[in-house]
Amino acid sequence: MSVTEVPASRAVVQRASRGERVGELLFPAALLLCVGFAMLALAVLIVDVAADGLQVLSIDYLTSFPSQVFPENSGVQSALVGTLLLMAVCAVFIVPVGTATAIYLEEYADRDRWWNRLIEVNIQNLAAVPSIVYGILGLAFLVRGPLELGRVVLAGALTLGLLVLPVVIIVGREAIRAVPGSIREGSLALGATQWQTIWKQVLPGALPGIATGVILALSRAIGETAPLIVVGAVAFARFNPNDLTDDPFSALPILILEWVQAPQEEFRVLAAGAILVLLALLLVMNAGAIYLRNRYEQKW
Amino acid sequence: MKPTMWLFLGLAGALALVGAACGGSGGGGGGAGDLSGTIQVDGSSTVQPFAQAAAELFQEENPGVRITVGGAGTGDGFERFCRGETQVSDASRAIEAEEQEACEKANVETEQVPVANDGIAVVTNKQLRLDCMTVDELKDFLGPDADAKSFRDVNPKFPAQQASFFTPGEESGTFDFFTEEALETDAEQRTDGVQTSADDNQLVTGVSGTPGGIGYFGFSFFQQNQEKLNAVAIDGGDGCVKPSTETIQNGTYKPLGRQIFMYPSKKAMQRPEVAEFMRFTAENAPRIAEAAQIVPLTGEQVSEAQKAVQTLAGS
Repeated sequence: MSVTEVPASRAVVQRASRGERVGELLFPAALLLCVGFAMLALAVLIVDVAADGLQVLSIDYLTSFPSQVFPENSGVQSALVGTLLLMAVCAVFIVPVGTATAIYLEEYADRDRWWNRLIEVNIQNLAAVPSIVYGILGLAFLVRGPLELGRVVLAGALTLGLLVLPVVIIVGREAIRAVPGSIREGSLALGATQWQTIWKQVLPGALPGIATGVILALSRAIGETAPLIVVGAVAFARFNPNDLTDDPFSALPILILEWVQAPQEEFRVLAAGAILVLLALLLVMNAGAIYLRNRYEQKW
Repeated sequence: MKPTMWLFLGLAGALALVGAACGGSGGGGGGAGDLSGTIQVDGSSTVQPFAQAAAELFQEENPGVRITVGGAGTGDGFERFCRGETQVSDASRAIEAEEQEACEKANVETEQVPVANDGIAVVTNKQLRLDCMTVDELKDFLGPDADAKSFRDVNPKFPAQQASFFTPGEESGTFDFFTEEALETDAEQRTDGVQTSADDNQLVTGVSGTPGGIGYFGFSFFQQNQEKLNAVAIDGGDGCVKPSTETIQNGTYKPLGRQIFMYPSKKAMQRPEVAEFMRFTAENAPRIAEAAQIVPLTGEQVSEAQKAVQTLAGS
């Protein structure tokens, strides 16, 4: 009886293994196809933009103001400065607030309390709210309404800050959680208070992670267009904002939008240049995040 | 791990410094002109190129005055204007009664200043032999109840080609104007078989790339793409008229020609830089329009604009 069984079961094994082998080949191939497709789309986009944009890129392009009358002398200065200011003020806002929230939720909050769970769920949800909603919030509460800041850099930066704060908090919590409990216990055993433990042990260990989160958050904020339109960034300004709380401002995504929609070909070339500038900024920021992670990441 | 701490703080600090340094370099304008101050202009994106050109040419002579121009749209522009957030509002149509009321409630007085002419071009694919259309035929094509599938369905003399429509969407002032003037509806047109886009360049691509493509958009988008498109003459009752700088200017391109406006606030006009800016704009409107590549005002219209500015500045 075993004589008849053996070949049958061997055949089954062989058939299965052949199917497995095909699957083994097909699955990575499918994955590769997906990656290839994504990379191709990106490459086409970049090549297309670079073909137009490279011809206008120069120091003059970065230091001139946008011009309607002389597109050939046009540049992005006011928009570039506006975007850098937005990022700077946004960082100053999200670093302390985001880090503090992450510390509270990880180190202090008692997860058995319903309000702490409510905060957690809310933060997760806020991360998925469409950016235009934050724009309207910014318009109603920061630009007008209770704060009445006006259409200024501060209002724009705070709106973007609110938009990316959930990202900072979520990444910050991951980083804090990655610091092993034994470090905390060791510190506490040596007589340090909880705050001393957090400040001297937990935070330094979590900083690379938190910094990465902040940079990724800013990378998201830098390309946001919709909330800035609502908050009132302008496309055309031939001056830089000197005062964060008083002057109207421009930003790169808004200028790009305006130029892309112009009827004249010259402006679309200018838009391609501005897209390259924005991409370069983004790349520098992401490279910074990767560097921080690799350089300072700790193995416990 | 002290260094990481400093790195972290430094990161935020460096960003702030970069921003501050850049911000500083732009300061210290002033000089030639005595005027200074900030003027905020917002409103119609059709008027935007004109307003930007006006701001640029004015700032060449008055570097102390800082002017921003936005393109939020005529309606949103008036909303901001009546709240006192902007000093000048661009509009591709006259102010509506509701908007006027909102402005009066907030004590914002204004006057209409015509600054340039504009028209809506009805265009078809270059291959299509279609020279002239009456307003009624436009209604048969695009009216809310229209169901014409091919050009021949509207007029037996038209080609049998299947028609594909490309038009601006409801949020656009061009849409409002076209539906009101040509279709005589309250912002309504047919919906089946119509592709809409807020970006006029996409409409150009759609019409020029589809064999039976037909659509409408601002005259300047036709002007910039003449080699790709065929402009249809419109018969508004007095024969076929092609859209051109001349026919739009002299008003014979009916009913799709229009004027575009700027609405300065009377209160802001008490500030010398705003008054001077509007005076400059009205006086040089044709030169500014040419720089912005849109249809200029006629001499007669210029004096009309100047009179409006004078009324606002005076008293």
